Amino acid sequence: MSNPEIGNTEPRETVPGQRAGQEAALTKSTPAATPTDDAVAAPAAAAAAIVAVDPRLLVREEGLKGYLTEFGRRMRSGDLGSVPVVAALIIIWIVFGLLNSSFLSANNFATIAQDIVGTGLIALGVVFVLLLGEIDLSVSYVGGVAGAVFAVLAVNHGMSGGLALVLGILTGTVLGFVHGFFFAKVGVPAFVVTLAGFLAWNGLMLQVLGQHGTINLPANGVLYQMYNYTFEDVGAAYGLALIGTVLYLVFALLEAAKRRKANIPSRPLADIIVKTAALAILAFVAAYVLNQNSGLPLDLLIFLVLVVGWDLVLRRTSYGRKVFAVGGGIEAARRAGINVAKVRISVFMISGTMAAIGGMFLAGQVNSAQSTQGGGNTLMNAIAAAVIGGTSLFGGRGKTWSALLGALVIVSIQQGLYILNLGTAIQYMVTGAVLLAAVVVDSISRRTQQAAGRA
Amino acid sequence: MSATPVLALRGVSKRFGAVQALTDVELEIHAGEVVALVGDNGAGKSTLVKTIAGVHPIDEGVTEWEGKPVSIARPHDAQALGIATVYQDLALCDNLDVVQNLFLGREIRRFGVLDEVEMEKRARELLHTLSIRIPSVRIPIASLSGGQRQVVAIARSLIGEPKLVILDEPTAALGVEQTAQVLDLVERLRDRGLAVILISHNMVDVKAVADQVAVLRLGRNNGVFPVGTTTQEEIISAITGATDNAVTRRKARSAEGEK
Repeated sequence: MSNPEIGNTEPRETVPGQRAGQEAALTKSTPAATPTDDAVAAPAAAAAAIVAVDPRLLVREEGLKGYLTEFGRRMRSGDLGSVPVVAALIIIWIVFGLLNSSFLSANNFATIAQDIVGTGLIALGVVFVLLLGEIDLSVSYVGGVAGAVFAVLAVNHGMSGGLALVLGILTGTVLGFVHGFFFAKVGVPAFVVTLAGFLAWNGLMLQVLGQHGTINLPANGVLYQMYNYTFEDVGAAYGLALIGTVLYLVFALLEAAKRRKANIPSRPLADIIVKTAALAILAFVAAYVLNQNSGLPLDLLIFLVLVVGWDLVLRRTSYGRKVFAVGGGIEAARRAGINVAKVRISVFMISGTMAAIGGMFLAGQVNSAQSTQGGGNTLMNAIAAAVIGGTSLFGGRGKTWSALLGALVIVSIQQGLYILNLGTAIQYMVTGAVLLAAVVVDSISRRTQQAAGRA
Repeated sequence: MSATPVLALRGVSKRFGAVQALTDVELEIHAGEVVALVGDNGAGKSTLVKTIAGVHPIDEGVTEWEGKPVSIARPHDAQALGIATVYQDLALCDNLDVVQNLFLGREIRRFGVLDEVEMEKRARELLHTLSIRIPSVRIPIASLSGGQRQVVAIARSLIGEPKLVILDEPTAALGVEQTAQVLDLVERLRDRGLAVILISHNMVDVKAVADQVAVLRLGRNNGVFPVGTTTQEEIISAITGATDNAVTRRKARSAEGEK
């Protein structure tokens, strides 16, 4: 028999906070309506029989003012989304730009755009694990093993680059499965399983590389091309920006039309136009900056495609829904008939696969599989990127875009300190401080969300 | 009433370590019948429900579904048979919104992609037919009050077209109007030919909607009473075990007669 207290007290705790939050927001948005007015109005509304919309619901006003009040309400209730990381990114760019103007050069941004890919791809897998409320500490060396497997197959055994690439990436998937199996089926905490993996895969990587320690990859090999190839035609970057913007607009309009047809609330046209315009400005400015240098790098394109692809998987498939459900409440997910173990194993497999792909790009960056690969701050950067980008450590909240944003923050700091000629000592301290700040923001926003009845 | 019960438990036992939570429990539920399961705290009501729902597999005994023995090892098995359960601790995902929770595990897809519009439309229709009013179907469950969560949880159980609905204290956290709605809902389920197991401490609710009352006491059966011909006092004395009653005496006598 389950404890009746748990079921009964929990809702009661959240109710006062929620009411208070709603009333506060209500009085702020419409100063005329005091709580007493509301209390008088409520029975009248109830008597008006079947109302589809609850009278207590805060309806967003039309136009720009409604936009701002809605935004303010979300901020106050702790639903910060990407705001802190975007703000941090702008501050970082301004500070480094003031300290050294060459930081804001197109050349530097092109370097940043290429350098975020390795860390960002690993962070993309970490986002999935964080969504479950778990952690994967092994990703750096999973990437290392994948790079080593690729190098041994392609260089020492003369296998074709493409096949070696696929086998290297599949190695990561298998290692992820091992983590997932011990976590989901045996019940070992993910922290310990992946810490064991961190050690074991480091050893495996050294074993695979053999005595030489470093295997140089052929110039113009697959990895070299993947990392260094750039679409020099200016049309490529602008085309990508255009395609992205148009696809966003088309799907937003189609969705809105479909919702209107089904007679359920849809996004107002103004909202779609504002968001599309913002996206277009962002995309075309980025394309312009990249074209000022040498064009659209292939690795950035691969990264963006994977971010968008995984974003669609998370938001638009029942698999993604299951990941969120398991992250939000294991028992609830289990009772809904979700195979929790399967979801957990698959998430660790995704994490391993993405770590392997990221490891490939990190190997491509130096065009060799080195015995030091995956060491240093690779792991911390990847996890920090996911967290700084806004994915909650507590599970159930996050986006794949946080891998992109977080990697941008981390690589910007690295690059800025490099330009200022400050060593790794300062770099580690600053990155550590930023990570702590991100976790503090996460914790505080979660507390605020609970107080406002949104968590 | 059909001859074969939708669900029959025969000699079901369940242990948790040193605790014998259920001992030789027998229970039968027919289609179009509401069986109230009553008993004191710790009598094993919730455990029994969880064994039926597949949360806790049974240790001994047989579960029969429409006359055939089945094994319910996981919640998924129960769902596949057509058993929907609304738990006392509500078991909704706080981070998902109402629509997402309603369709969790049963999402509507088109070309492999979630059809959010269709789901939202159906969610609105369902909540509308049940006269459930919540601020919005697109806010996280965390923003809802306890009563609102309860009605969402009950609404969710109906989405998979179940044959047996188990309600674990559905009215415990509800106000007067919502309780009336839930009881109406229970009757509507029965009229649609569903079998309903209703766990409740509230004898008035039980007498209002149930056909049979099954009493559990300390993990054992303590009599099954038809609601129409049994007084509240008889049920309560069976729950508390204060005195023996006519039913148990007659049983004892017939058992003796058989010997």
